[in-house]
Amino acid sequence: MTVLRNLIKDSLIYLTHGRKSYHIWMALLTFIMLIGMYCYSLQLEHGLSVTGMNDRVSWGLYISNFTFLVGVAAAAVMLVLPAYILKDIDFKQAVLIGEGMAVAALFMCLAFVVADMGGPARLWHMIPGIGVFNFPNSMLTWDVLVLNGYLFINISIPFYILIMRYQGKVPNPKIYIPGVFISVFWAVAIHLVTAFLYQGLQARPFWNNALLGPRFLASAFAAGPSLIIISLAVIRKFTDFKIEDKTITKIALVVTVAAQINLIMLISELFKEFYAPTHHSESAYYLFFGLQGKAKLVPWIWTAITMNVIATVILTFHKLRNNLTILYFACSILFIGIWIEKGFGLIVPGFIPGPWGKIAEYFPTPTEIGVTIGIWAMGAFIFSILVRTGVAIELGKIKFKK
Amino acid sequence: MSKERKKWFSLNLRNKEQNSCGCSDSKCSDPSNKKEDGISQVFDVNMDRRQAFKKLTAGLVIGAGAVSSSCSVVSDEKSKEKSQIEWEEYFKGNYKLMSDEEKRKTVNRLVRSYELRNGKKINISSKDAENDVLFGYAFNISKCQGYMDCVNACVEENNQDRASQMQYIRIHEMEDGKGLNFGESDDTYYHEVPAAGHFYMGTQCFHCDNPPCVEVCPVQATWKEKDGIVVIDYDWCIGCRYCMAACPYDGRRFNWTTPEIPENEVNKDQHYLGNRLRKKGVMEKCTFCIQRSRQGKNPACVEACPTGSRIFGNLLDPKSEIRWILENKKVFRLKEDLGTEPKFWYFMD
Repeated sequence: MTVLRNLIKDSLIYLTHGRKSYHIWMALLTFIMLIGMYCYSLQLEHGLSVTGMNDRVSWGLYISNFTFLVGVAAAAVMLVLPAYILKDIDFKQAVLIGEGMAVAALFMCLAFVVADMGGPARLWHMIPGIGVFNFPNSMLTWDVLVLNGYLFINISIPFYILIMRYQGKVPNPKIYIPGVFISVFWAVAIHLVTAFLYQGLQARPFWNNALLGPRFLASAFAAGPSLIIISLAVIRKFTDFKIEDKTITKIALVVTVAAQINLIMLISELFKEFYAPTHHSESAYYLFFGLQGKAKLVPWIWTAITMNVIATVILTFHKLRNNLTILYFACSILFIGIWIEKGFGLIVPGFIPGPWGKIAEYFPTPTEIGVTIGIWAMGAFIFSILVRTGVAIELGKIKFKK
Repeated sequence: MSKERKKWFSLNLRNKEQNSCGCSDSKCSDPSNKKEDGISQVFDVNMDRRQAFKKLTAGLVIGAGAVSSSCSVVSDEKSKEKSQIEWEEYFKGNYKLMSDEEKRKTVNRLVRSYELRNGKKINISSKDAENDVLFGYAFNISKCQGYMDCVNACVEENNQDRASQMQYIRIHEMEDGKGLNFGESDDTYYHEVPAAGHFYMGTQCFHCDNPPCVEVCPVQATWKEKDGIVVIDYDWCIGCRYCMAACPYDGRRFNWTTPEIPENEVNKDQHYLGNRLRKKGVMEKCTFCIQRSRQGKNPACVEACPTGSRIFGNLLDPKSEIRWILENKKVFRLKEDLGTEPKFWYFMD
């Protein structure tokens, strides 16, 4: 297909040209990715012993980030619904960014899972048909299915729309609207299934909790759109892509409601754990107050809660929310707060205390942090490429020449 | 065995029989004819597809010149054979689904590979579970004095990594008067035993009849054998550690690095599903010393225990010692509320 070939050629040319700040940004990301790859090569050579994980705390930073990013990916599509189905034109510009973010977040998710594997070379054992796929018993296989399905949907819809725009045609809603519908349900599914991954383990009372899934969704719909607001602010500043204030304030409303629900659920969880504490509340005690003098997570979780509360209060007042500078600040701290809470603050305490009450603390090693930052850089790199191409096509900077 | 007995164990044996191939009930058409069930059909297809996958990959890799050692004329016969074995091993299937012929082949490859590396012969068994055998274990809390001979014997028998001091068994030292308080117990003690005012309790893999670790494995690298032993195919495991998170008993261990055992300490009497040498990045755990128990011997921990606190045997044999204990002692299991049905009982004199 000549259109496709031209599209790739044009976007490659476009992507490799830009202002100085763009080149510096991409070079920086590449550099960080290389550091990450070096750290990963150390891990491949010496095994996962280069990480802070051990037999007592067997999942750490990688799985924490994976969990959080599934939420980011899921949330991106919540912008799609109003834009394509409710015909709310304000959201339309945000959608392209949102889907780009979903794709980048999904790539990061998959990278984090692979980074966490003890035998990445044997991953083919999981491919249905060649290997053995323990479906439907293992929730991990469900997660593989929903994540890859979601990735497929989120690549194909924007791709269709962009390729039509590229040729100067109008995309046919009859083709992409059904996909949009599926993707909205699918977005909820990816996050619920990921929550079920933990929720279904009777061995870990901290996770084995019916509120885990809904709380995942609430926090995701706060953190994801927060990140979109911040990216929109950056894109608005550095490109000619027009994004109205109205779009941003509307997304802010989504963030606000989700953040409020998230806080209510947090209160419910805290009440259950601390009003009538049982043996099963020990993980929560460890997380919030420390146990037996071991309290590495305590400063983290209180930082996260403080950020969450401050951000939610700011967002709740219309006056504050509608001031864009304050909004960006609120979104940033909300995003960081939820990253701590849904990542570190969720995964690590699940293992502490251990099944026999042993309290062994976990902290990531520099190598582990290196790999993690490398994967985040990869995500940012993918996002930059996708958004730059997408915006260029939308603005008509790249056009198919017959 | 009468029906009441079955109920009394709270191990629903008939149900277990149906699930013995590890797939869901609906898929298992006929438990008595295991070779012809759905799994086997899938597996036949699998092998074909895997062959195709193997050839495809071979093409790619050779194209890239990465297997230069295996096709190079310069390299000697031995390293050629080594690469050939590595190649075959990488593409082999899940042990659970292998035919007897395939099992024999992979065992031969592993034995040969060890010989090429270390010049010594090892013996790897692939003995299947016997009929009418269901292994169970009992632990006498009154007798255990915390000597840890079981732990040492286990490490030596099962070729565990010496560098990280991996141990399948944990002995918890508990204070008298506090009951079974795991939270305040110490499982890393290093002092003369028995310490005054303390008692001891060992935990390891309980070989649950309803094992949560097996359910969660995305690739079915771990499963429950017909004789009740929960095993791992070390070569099929992808190292995601989901089973570790799912185990309520801290029964599983992970090879965070390449396990190291001095050559003269390697136990050369091995079983494919038991104590054969592991690699980095895979799970392992207690297998009730499958290489011993399937030969009719006691696990190493039972044999090593100087106090006789450990009892192992066939739950389906009414004359076995384990049955006598279950019938005559006030036995209990840990975390029974989780519904995992461990085959590991505790009792006191």
